[in-house]
Amino acid sequence: MIEVNELTKRYGSKTAVDQLSFTVRPGRVTGFLGPNGAGKTTTLRMILGLDAPTAGTATVGGVPFRSHPRGLRHVGALLDANQVHGGRSAAAHLSALARSNGIPLRRVDEVLQEVGLAEAAGRRIGGFSLGMKQRLGIATALLGDPPVLMFDEPINGMDPEGVLWVRRLFRRLAAEGRTVFLSSHLMSEMENTADELVVIGRGRLIAAESVRDFAARSTRTSVLVGTPQAAELAAVLAGAGASVEPEGSAGAERLAVTGLAADRIGALAFGNRIVLTELTTRTASLEEAFMELTADSVEYLAGQPR
Amino acid sequence: MTTLASVPPATPAAPVAEPPVRFRDLLASEWIKIRSLRSIPWVLAFTTLFVIGSAAVAALADYHHLADPGPNPRQSHDFLPFDAYPPGGYWTLMLVAGSIGAITVVSEYSSGLIRTTTVAVPARGSVVLAKAVVTAALWTAVGTVVSTGSFLVSQAILNGRHAGVPITHPGVLRALAASALVAPVCALFGLGLGVLIRHSATTMVTSTFTLIILPPLFSTRTLWSADVNHAMPVSAWQRLVENWSPDPDSLAFTATVPGSWIVYALWPLIAVTLAVVVVRRRDV
Repeated sequence: MIEVNELTKRYGSKTAVDQLSFTVRPGRVTGFLGPNGAGKTTTLRMILGLDAPTAGTATVGGVPFRSHPRGLRHVGALLDANQVHGGRSAAAHLSALARSNGIPLRRVDEVLQEVGLAEAAGRRIGGFSLGMKQRLGIATALLGDPPVLMFDEPINGMDPEGVLWVRRLFRRLAAEGRTVFLSSHLMSEMENTADELVVIGRGRLIAAESVRDFAARSTRTSVLVGTPQAAELAAVLAGAGASVEPEGSAGAERLAVTGLAADRIGALAFGNRIVLTELTTRTASLEEAFMELTADSVEYLAGQPR
Repeated sequence: MTTLASVPPATPAAPVAEPPVRFRDLLASEWIKIRSLRSIPWVLAFTTLFVIGSAAVAALADYHHLADPGPNPRQSHDFLPFDAYPPGGYWTLMLVAGSIGAITVVSEYSSGLIRTTTVAVPARGSVVLAKAVVTAALWTAVGTVVSTGSFLVSQAILNGRHAGVPITHPGVLRALAASALVAPVCALFGLGLGVLIRHSATTMVTSTFTLIILPPLFSTRTLWSADVNHAMPVSAWQRLVENWSPDPDSLAFTATVPGSWIVYALWPLIAVTLAVVVVRRRDV
């Protein structure tokens, strides 16, 4: 269990994290989402006691993480896969960490096996690809068999097989009753992995709820209608209180309708003798819900704001 | 009949029985880190050979000089044991010790490994202390090998002219100890500096500047400046290696032997203490 309460971090006049409060529960995979620069990494660092908060508290299992003299049995974390010494072998890197926590060295072989790096155990980390470093970072997190796991952008640099493996691993860790907290700036990563979401933007909490509830928040549920009589239908639908936006090219025009359900649109078209070639309800994807909710809080926007 | 529904408990993975927190685990961990870098044994081997070689060169010069004293024969053989400790060789030892001491921490900061380390061991002060203990032990061992080797090699050469002295010669043991211990003194200074600065190049330049370049800038002709000069590890080492009494007619102020030992103790102590204090307060 991770509890974050009114957590705030200011660097000079810039507020990176602003009175953030949320709880991450065990037995589930919780996604931590936000655009670049939203304060995700800063929050993770404060939870791990690396950075001291300006105000507020963060606890893991009820106590501040820094109060543990040794950490690996309490929390496993992967913050940045590149935070390793390139001159050491994977086995030496893990051995030093295991030894510092009094973890038996056979555990090193176990986790290397688990992440698929057994073959590369004796190789220098400097020669690893990013995907391999991510696996090594995950091995580091698993070393102490901890009840709480935190991963910052764990899928970066992984091949499709790796992504699939890592998703299964996260699900399994959660099923074992562990708290699994994953940060990402890509909603699509979470769609298939997370049960719960914590969404932040500009250091503030935007949402903390289940993935399903989050998707339902989007106001953009629309119905796509195809018809050769687009202008007529648009007038009818507008008259019934819907808002209509044309899509597609001339000749193959389609209308994106919001504010009316598909059955009502069908009935209206029938009543007005308008031919329909397509009638599709389009529920907003998680991605769209995310974009919509964070649109106001994107720190670094490309091009001019709309 | 009891209807105790035996729901399988949703066991939140409880932490495995935790072994006692032991400082020696951290020592073992830091030792693995040093041992697993290929460059370290090479640097140590080359440094050892270089310093002992420089003592051999100094001894050989006197060896030839003793055969053909020329018009100004040396009045005394009192200075001959000093051949074991040529400044050029030992300055190099100090530089390398300071740099490697710094690298043990700076390499963690520059790679970001320090965050991984700190998550594994949130007791940051203990990590710095463990690094300091391992560094001190390593460099005391290297310093002892270098200093003993220098002495044995130089005296073996001088023995060719029957000018060598045994290890029991007055002042020799002190010179031997001072030359061995200058390595851990400088290594711990470098380590402390590394924690404070965190940046590789800046740490190296500052360490070199402070250890080697700064001391001669303070003349020993005026008292305050001599005091600063004598507070430097290089000067302390030079004083402790000299086995003769200072020239009473000299215009310069000379350092005292106890004062020089205090310098040896204070530099690493202050550097490591500052490092432990700072590392606890600062964001990683």
